[in-house]
Formats: sequence, C-alpha cells, structure tokens
Amino acid sequence: MDYEAIGLKAGIEIHQQLDTAEKLFCHCPTRLRDISERNGEFFRYLRATESELGEIDRAAREEMKEVRRFSYYAYDTTCLVENDEEPPAPLNPEALMVCLTIAKMTGATPIEQVYVMRKLVIDGSNTSGFQRTALIALNGVIPAGARIETLCLEEEAAQRVRDSTFSLDRLGIPLVEITTAPDMRTPEQVKEVAAYIGMLLRSTGRVKRGIGTIRQDVNISIAGGARVEIKGVQELDLIDEVVRREVVRQQQLLLIRDELHARGAVADPVPIPVGDLFKETKSAILKKAPHILAIRLRGFAGIVGREIQPGRRLGSEMSDYAKKCGVGGIFHTDELPAYGVTAEEVSLLRARVGADDADCVVIVAASRQKAECAVQQVVRRAQYALDAVPEETRKMLEGGSTAYMRPLPGAARMYPETDVLPVSLSRECWDGLPVPELLSDKAGRFCSAYGFDEQLARQLVYSDRLSLFERAVAEGVKPMLAARVLLATLRELQRDGVETGALADDAILSVLGKVESGDLAKEAIPDVLREVAAGAGVEEAAERIAPPITSAELVSIIRAILLEREEFVRERGMGALGPLMGVVMQEVRGRVDGRQIAEILKEELAALL
Amino acid sequence: MAGTELTGTYITSRGHHAVVKLDNGYNIGVPAASIVCREAAPAVAPVVSPAEQNPDLPDVAIISTGGTIASRIDYRTGAVTSQFSADDILRAIPGLAEIASFRAHQLATILSENMHSGLWQDIARCIYDEIRRGAEGVIVTHGTDTMSYSAAAVSFMLETPVPVIFVGSQRSADRPSSDNVMNALCSAQAAISNLGEVAVVMHASTSDDRCSIHRGTRVRKMHTSRRDAFRSVGIPPIGTVEYPSLEVSLSPSAVLRGSTEPALRDHFDNHVGLVAFYPGMDASAIAAYAGFHGLVISGTGLGHVSADCIRTISGLIRDGTNVVMTSQCLNGRVCDRVYDTGRDLLTAGVIEGEDMLPEAALTKLMWVLGSTDDPDEVKRLMQTNLRGELGRCSPHGL
Repeated sequence: MDYEAIGLKAGIEIHQQLDTAEKLFCHCPTRLRDISERNGEFFRYLRATESELGEIDRAAREEMKEVRRFSYYAYDTTCLVENDEEPPAPLNPEALMVCLTIAKMTGATPIEQVYVMRKLVIDGSNTSGFQRTALIALNGVIPAGARIETLCLEEEAAQRVRDSTFSLDRLGIPLVEITTAPDMRTPEQVKEVAAYIGMLLRSTGRVKRGIGTIRQDVNISIAGGARVEIKGVQELDLIDEVVRREVVRQQQLLLIRDELHARGAVADPVPIPVGDLFKETKSAILKKAPHILAIRLRGFAGIVGREIQPGRRLGSEMSDYAKKCGVGGIFHTDELPAYGVTAEEVSLLRARVGADDADCVVIVAASRQKAECAVQQVVRRAQYALDAVPEETRKMLEGGSTAYMRPLPGAARMYPETDVLPVSLSRECWDGLPVPELLSDKAGRFCSAYGFDEQLARQLVYSDRLSLFERAVAEGVKPMLAARVLLATLRELQRDGVETGALADDAILSVLGKVESGDLAKEAIPDVLREVAAGAGVEEAAERIAPPITSAELVSIIRAILLEREEFVRERGMGALGPLMGVVMQEVRGRVDGRQIAEILKEELAALL
Repeated sequence: MAGTELTGTYITSRGHHAVVKLDNGYNIGVPAASIVCREAAPAVAPVVSPAEQNPDLPDVAIISTGGTIASRIDYRTGAVTSQFSADDILRAIPGLAEIASFRAHQLATILSENMHSGLWQDIARCIYDEIRRGAEGVIVTHGTDTMSYSAAAVSFMLETPVPVIFVGSQRSADRPSSDNVMNALCSAQAAISNLGEVAVVMHASTSDDRCSIHRGTRVRKMHTSRRDAFRSVGIPPIGTVEYPSLEVSLSPSAVLRGSTEPALRDHFDNHVGLVAFYPGMDASAIAAYAGFHGLVISGTGLGHVSADCIRTISGLIRDGTNVVMTSQCLNGRVCDRVYDTGRDLLTAGVIEGEDMLPEAALTKLMWVLGSTDDPDEVKRLMQTNLRGELGRCSPHGL
C-alpha cells in the first residue's frame, strides 16, 4: 500500500516503567506481587468531577454511563497513598533524575519548574480517580528525524485483576511517557522509532524489564479519516501490523460513509419495544430479557455486518459503544437469523419497526434503563458512520485489530495536583547529569574493542547481565570469557533446570576471577556454578568440583597415563598427543586449564620418546 | 534550558516563576521574565443552574460552615478554599434532592481549624430556629479537623427532638474518589431518620459500604487522613447508614426522635484551656493558665501529672480555676483514687472527668462555666451525664 498517498500520519507514546527503589508519590517498593499474597481488600465508587473550567471531560462522562463499584487488593508492600487514604509524598527525586537523563539523551529542553497535574481517569485503575502526571521536558529529537514532543513522568495505574477488580501493587510505579510528533509515514517507520526509543530507554540501565513494563500507544490517522489512539500495544513486533490494520479500518469506514450517503441512509433515533416478539424464542438471551428495544437504521442493510478489520465489523463497533451501558452486546439483522433467532422472528421484527430490505435493525436486550442507554449509543455510532471515522481511544486485541474504549480525552481532564509542591530544576543539576552510552554505541564498541561479532555484541548489550559483564571486564576478566559465560553457560544451565536466578552477581564474578587467576579451569565453570546455584559458597564449590592440582601432581598423573599406554605411545609417536589429551582431561575433570595440560603432555611425551 | 518558544495560558506567578498552562493541559513553571503576553484569556463564566426541590419531601435544613466537603480548589493559587454555599452542595451532590426538601444557611466559609465558640453559638441558634420552624432534621457541613469539638459543643447547647447531623469529607470534593457524596447522602438519610440527638455521620470503613452514626459527645477524629477517621470512643456508634441503599439502623442506646422539647442554652465561657501533660513538663506551662476560669488536663493513665505540676494545679484551683482531669489514653475512665498522685490531685481539688473525652470535657466545661461560677455546681455538672458524654458504667466491649 502507498502510505504516502493515503496520507498516513502516525505518532507514538511510549510508557516505560522505571526501576526505582520507591514509587513515584509514596515510599513503597516498586515490586509486583501475586494476588494470592494480598492482605486487604476494599471497594469504592468513582464519579466524574468538573475540571477547573467547570466542564466534565467527555471520556470521563462516557465512563460514568454505568456507575461501577471498583474493588482493590492491597498488600504489605502498598500503603495508604495507593488506597487514596493519605496525601501523596513529594515527587520521587530518583525517578525525576532518570526521566531527566532520558530527556538529556534526546536533546530535549527540561522544564525549569515542574508542576504535577491530575489527569482524570475513572475506569477504576486509579483509586483517586486521576493519574498524577508531570511534564518534565519538551522538544527532543531522535535519529531518522523523529521529533519528541513531550517527556512526562507519571504514575502507573493499578493492574486489572478481572472486571472491576484491581491490584494495587502496580499503582504508583514511576512511568516515563515519551510522546513523538505525528511524523511517521509508514507502519515500518513506526516500528523502527518505537524500537529505537526502547533501546534508548534501556541504555539508562534504570528501567524495568519484562512483560508489561513497556507499552506503546499509537496515534494514527489517514487523509479524510480521524485521529485514533490505540492503547497498550505491548509487543513491539505487532506495532506495524496494528498500524496497517487501523489504516484498513479507516479506509473501510470511509467507503462505508460514501455508500451510506449514496443510499440516503439515516439513523432513526426512536427505539421501539419488541420484547413481545421474542416471548417464545429459542434464543436464551432474548427469552429471559426483561426488556428488548429495537432501532431501525435506514439504508444500513449489509453494512453493519461488513468487515472493517480482520474479525471486526461495523456491528462490532456499535456493540462496543452499547457495552458502555452495561449490556452484553447487540443483535443486528445483518447477522440474523442466528443465535436461536429464527427467520420468522426476523420478519416479524422487520415488520414491527417498518424496516425494508435496505434497512438494518439492531436490538438490545437488557433492563429498560440499560437497553435505552445502549440503543442511544448504537444510534450515536451509526451517526458517526455517516460522518466517517470518529476520534476515539481504542484498545488492541490479539492479532492487532482494535476495539473501541472511549472518546479521545480533551484538555478538560487535566487539573493541578495541589498536594505535591512544584519542583525546581537547577542549571547545575541539568548540566551535571551524565548521559549514558547508547546500547547501540556500546555494541559497536564491544565489536571493535573486544573483537565480538555483531550478534554477540547485540545479545550482550540487551541482556540482563550487561552490567555484570562490564564489571567483570573492569576487574580483568577476558571479555570473551565473560561474554561466553554470561550468555551461553548460564543459558545452558538454565535449560538444564538450574535456578540461574539464584546466582548472585558477586558469585559469578568471583568464579570468573578464579579462572582468570588460574585457580580454576574454565572447563569447571558450569559445574561450579551449578553447585553455587544449589546453595554452595564459591570456594566450597570450587574445592568440591575441582580441587586444585599442582603442576607436580599433574606431571605425575600424566606420566602414569603415558606409562599405562606406552605401547600406543610408541606406535603413534607425537601423534598420540591428541587422543591422550582427552584421557588426561577426563582424569583431571576441569581442574586444570587445557592449555597447561597440552604443554606438559607434550613435554612428557617428547621426554618418553 | 532556554531557546524554546511555547504558547499557553498564563495562570499565576510563584516567586520568580510564571505558571503557564500549555494546550495539552500541563502546567509548567518558566522564568517570569521570559514570558510575553499576546492576548488576554477569555473569562470563564461559571455555569449555575438553580437547585430543584421537591416540597413533598421532609423539610431538612442544611447549615454550611465550610470545610473539605464544600471545598473547591482555587487553581490559580492551588489553595483549597471553602467557597460553596449550602445551595451549591445540593447541586453538587446528585441524589440529595430526592431525600428531602432543603433549606440552606451559610453561616461561614471557613476551614474548620479556624472554628471558634462564637460560631458554635451561631450554629446552635440557627439549628434551634430551624427546629422551631418545623425542620425535621438538620445537617451541618463542617470541616473534619474540629468537627468533634463542634458536635460536642452543639450537643451541650441544644436539646433537640430531631436529628442534628454533622458531616464532612476527608477527600476534597473535586476528586472523583471523594467521600463527600456518600457522606452527604448518608447524613441526609440520618437527618430524616428516627434519631433525636446530635451526631456525626462519616465513613465507617475505608470502603464505600456504610457510614457510622456517632454520638456528638463521644466522637473523635482518630486518623489524619483516612475516610474512616471518625470513631466513637467509649461506646459503640449509635447507628449505621448502609450505602448505596441508605438504610438507617439505630442502636438501642440512640436517643429517639421526639424524646425532648427544643431548648437552647447558648452561654459559653471562652476562658477555658485544654493542656496535655507529658514527662518533664515544666509546671510553668500549667501556671500560664492562671486566671482562666477552667482548665481541662489530658493526663496520663488513670489521670495523672507529675508532683511538680500538682503543686501548680493546686495553686490554680485555690485562685479560682476549675480544673478537670481527663486521660490521654482516650479509652477508659479517670480514677484518681488508686495512686498517691491521684489522691494528691483530688486533695488539690481536681474534678475527675470520668470517661469523658478531653475535647468533650473542654466544650462541656466552657458551657457549664457559661451558666455558673459556683465550684460545687461546676463539679456536679461536670460529673453528671448530660448528653451521653459520660457513662455511669463502662461497657465491657466483648
């Protein structure tokens, strides 16, 4: 597809959890917990409130269609701040410094006096009903000309356990939010920029690793379409596919708009009660529904059921809107008869609402209040279809398609967090902030300085053990040895079921040190690490696995072996060196370095011959 | 850090910085000297719609004094101020108008740390007038910091046949998580219930599940920030209001509607102090109350102070100050007959405050001294249960 021609514009927001000791506005650790470890639970209701300008934010209003009760799990690692039972602590200076470091790496301009704001979020994921967020820096640049508009520091939301239940362990972990300008023009470019920013963030060595610790939101529009924000793309590999699918969706919606106009389609806003038609239906949902409302969408036949994205139809969008009222979903005549609804019932339905073949009828089964709310939402979405693409916040589904979440929030959702005092940044602090080496630069340096190939260097800089590698090298361990042990040996041990996570950095370092000083043969490393992981001390493990052998002992072992195989030695001459090497190695089981064995063996062989 | 041009709305200045709101909603601080005004921001007119009332519902008076429940943030200064009228509260709390028909009085818009006995009198008088006009219940919106003092003061000044409910909120009303809506709805329901005394209605737990109804003379703010900061001390709460059903349950010890005729005795003597004793306290701190008509001491344990302080107290009493002993344990009853220290205090003429909370004893002493200066009468009244502030028996609490 020619993305230039269709006017694709995309920008991304990257949210990265920081690996700080404490949360952003309280002194709890930034540790995630298993929900089985919870030691408290409480529940609350949230309401939309007016902004400082006296408006209620449209996204918040939408969330308020249904008054929901939210439950929260608390832990011995969470406090009253997460419970919204205590005012926030001052902005965590450690998190601020990491955020400023990232800002400096992009050449951004820091804000001299930082104000914390409250961003209204009433989906339950924030106990207070808002997320605390602060603008830290502006106008950065990254390679390929992608501009960074803003860098913000904000608190992570609580993790949804299910439906309206949230876990408070994640609430308050510092997040850096990096927002790019809508500069990207192809899906691949979006992926590249996201990957670059991810690398940049990792280069600080101060960010959390693992699933869910980095999330991308993508903002996409095409010419004639609308800005749509897709939240929570966790896998980088899917980001280009998400863009491609959103482009298709917007194109399809534009085609639908044109077709609806050509047909003179109208969304009729008057719902008609049709519950009596389904008294004897085989559809369990309709049969037991307290109330069923139908609306007629004139000229929509065949369009509500039309696919706009893999696995998604216009009807899916209407259904998402209706679900905001607490209904399970909708039925529409483009997909009926089905789900136990007979052709006869469909004809009766059409007759009741006066629908002809060109019309589509949508029905909602729920309590009267919910059904009324839901059909209005369907009509709203149908009217948007006549306009083209509605501006929305959407969430990613498996595979890269998306579903409607809520309207795009406006500026009305933001007001000052008066409980946190502004933080001033001094020139000295900014100037004195060290800028870490980019991982891509570091990989290049490893290649030229240590003779690593590109793949090894890359693997190393992205590994969890990078800092350990750098420490080892600084302490005199040969880079290749350190790299091989930290990447290959540990992985192999893990594959064998060894708890490599139990290996402290210091223990690994001391094993490497022993090899470097000649106290341990490198052949013994896997076995020694295995013992250490099982709880042994490094000295103890080395002693047990590979008690040191003096050169005198080694010489006598080699002599004994040679004497035993004297006939073979005489027959092969110096050619016996290779086969005998294996025999000696077996005997000393990694207690002596291979090179030393080879030397002595050679000498003794020569002496014998 | 300079070199970037930005456009935004000027909000205010703090020190050398100007606070500017950018179009994306974020506020930032920039050097004041670096900003240039292009055009004046349009004034935003507040939207005001009149509150709807249903005259068929019970008459309830709302008396507003300020506090967090009625607070609004001044986004220019960042200060939390009480600027709502009682009428504003009615609009701000959806569902309130379905419970009762409200008459509103705005006596003050203060933060409750600025409360004083003059305003207690105004509140009591206003409530009395409202009861006489036929109000079936009264709600007083109040800051939480000193709400228990005010509830106790009004309890003594007023005999009421209808519920008089003090209510506030711990989270400001501008937060989606504020406890103001639930507290207000529960207080309104309590105000039309069968209760006939002064009470405080606030969250019973950290969840939005129910409010407790606390007797005005037995309630205390026991936490700086939690929603369930208010606790009954010495007795269980006198009732609960479930949420969201708003079902009221009263305990057998609650005073019921119509148990008394309305009466107002609003004399107060402000020349009364409350002082907490601590180890090593210099007796001069107590001597500073010389000339006061009354002094409540929050003593240790059963009601003690150091021997040094006893000499000073003895002198104060000789010079006409009525001294009442309570305990900083809060829970339990003062008994100065067990140890020598206590006996010395009794000899000096200290009045045992029984199981009264120090704050309740303070407002009671102010009120008692408002009508008598006879030491024997003061002692008799201080040791007589007037509004449930003092119990003849200590419930075992099992």
